[in-house]
Amino acid sequence: MCATCGCGTDETRVTAVGTATVPVHAHDHPHDHDHDHPHDHDHPHDHDHDHPHDHDHDHPHDHDHPHDHDAADAPAHPHTHTVDIEQAILAKNDDLAVHNRVWLTERGIVAVNLMSSPGAGKTTLLERTISEAGAGRCVSVIEGDQETVFDAERIRDAGANAVQINTGSGCHLDASMVRSGLEALRPANDDLVFLENVGNLVCPALFDLGEARKVVIISVTEGDDKPLKYPHMFAAADLVIVNKTDLLPYVDFDVDRCERDARSLNPNMTWMPLSARTGDNLGAWYDWLRGLTPAA
Amino acid sequence: MHELAIAESIIDAVLERTGDRSVTVVRLQVGRLSGVVPDALTFCFELATAGTAIEGAELEIAEPTGRAHCRDCDVDFVVDDLILLCDCGSADVEVVAGRELSVTSVEVA
Repeated sequence: MCATCGCGTDETRVTAVGTATVPVHAHDHPHDHDHDHPHDHDHPHDHDHDHPHDHDHDHPHDHDHPHDHDAADAPAHPHTHTVDIEQAILAKNDDLAVHNRVWLTERGIVAVNLMSSPGAGKTTLLERTISEAGAGRCVSVIEGDQETVFDAERIRDAGANAVQINTGSGCHLDASMVRSGLEALRPANDDLVFLENVGNLVCPALFDLGEARKVVIISVTEGDDKPLKYPHMFAAADLVIVNKTDLLPYVDFDVDRCERDARSLNPNMTWMPLSARTGDNLGAWYDWLRGLTPAA
Repeated sequence: MHELAIAESIIDAVLERTGDRSVTVVRLQVGRLSGVVPDALTFCFELATAGTAIEGAELEIAEPTGRAHCRDCDVDFVVDDLILLCDCGSADVEVVAGRELSVTSVEVA
């Protein structure tokens, strides 16, 4: 939600690193705005709402309905009628995700959604994967962070094309952002595209992006109780990576317990401890990547 | 705080059908295994509806219980969380209810 005017995701920005920032959708509001304020309104800024329909702003102190009707005081709603909607709340995102998936599959492109808490090592794993050409395909990356282009620059420095999506206050990537990211990234046919989600073990689990696979990374410094604390994320994963295994001698992280808990949520996930820093067990990661096909 | 994005999706879904008619009640199904917290959603809904035809609408949330089906012993059972284990010990179970996340109906003035 836009912190400036409260209208949706306008603050999302897509940046192809090294070029100018492109807002995903500018504040371009084609409809006339019909604010009818008989008194001074203390909104600190002018704003246009980008809802796709026209609507009047009916502030509660200024109802200009054809009949006076104060919803809050009329629990029985004597003058209302029921409209059946019966629509999945995330239908719009899911439709866009299907569109993304078809677009990617038609081009032979494999998309992998990488999710973790901040600092688990998503970008480090990608840097190493790119510099060692471990994926067996040309790699490009859509980076999701609330702010900065740091990660996209790291990916570019490692040798791959990258687009940064800044979600502003948004806590996850959604299918619409990924579509904008793909348009800016312009991956070649048969590429592997990583969708590096915003660091967050909660929200990204609910949003289908059109990816072929979901990967969750936890690092041993975070604690082995993460699967049970964040069950939705682990229930959604195809692959769970335990990163920073080189630090296991220094932390109380029970790898077996963590795997057992993760399997109780998701019996079919692939389990993969590794260290992106030392390279330990990266071969398993590369084998997994090389076995991927575009279709989900 | 994905509940804000969820609230915005609800508003889009409703306004597409109701236009600028004033909406007084919005009815949802938010299953107990859906990953959405009704209290947080209600809070975000009030924020996100400000300035729309839904502003001030009451949110009625039905919370269907989680249920799963065990493929090994062919029994349905209630699940309170995402640890999907049948009493028979099998983890070969399928969630059959509790993941609902939908707008069912609205009241318009």
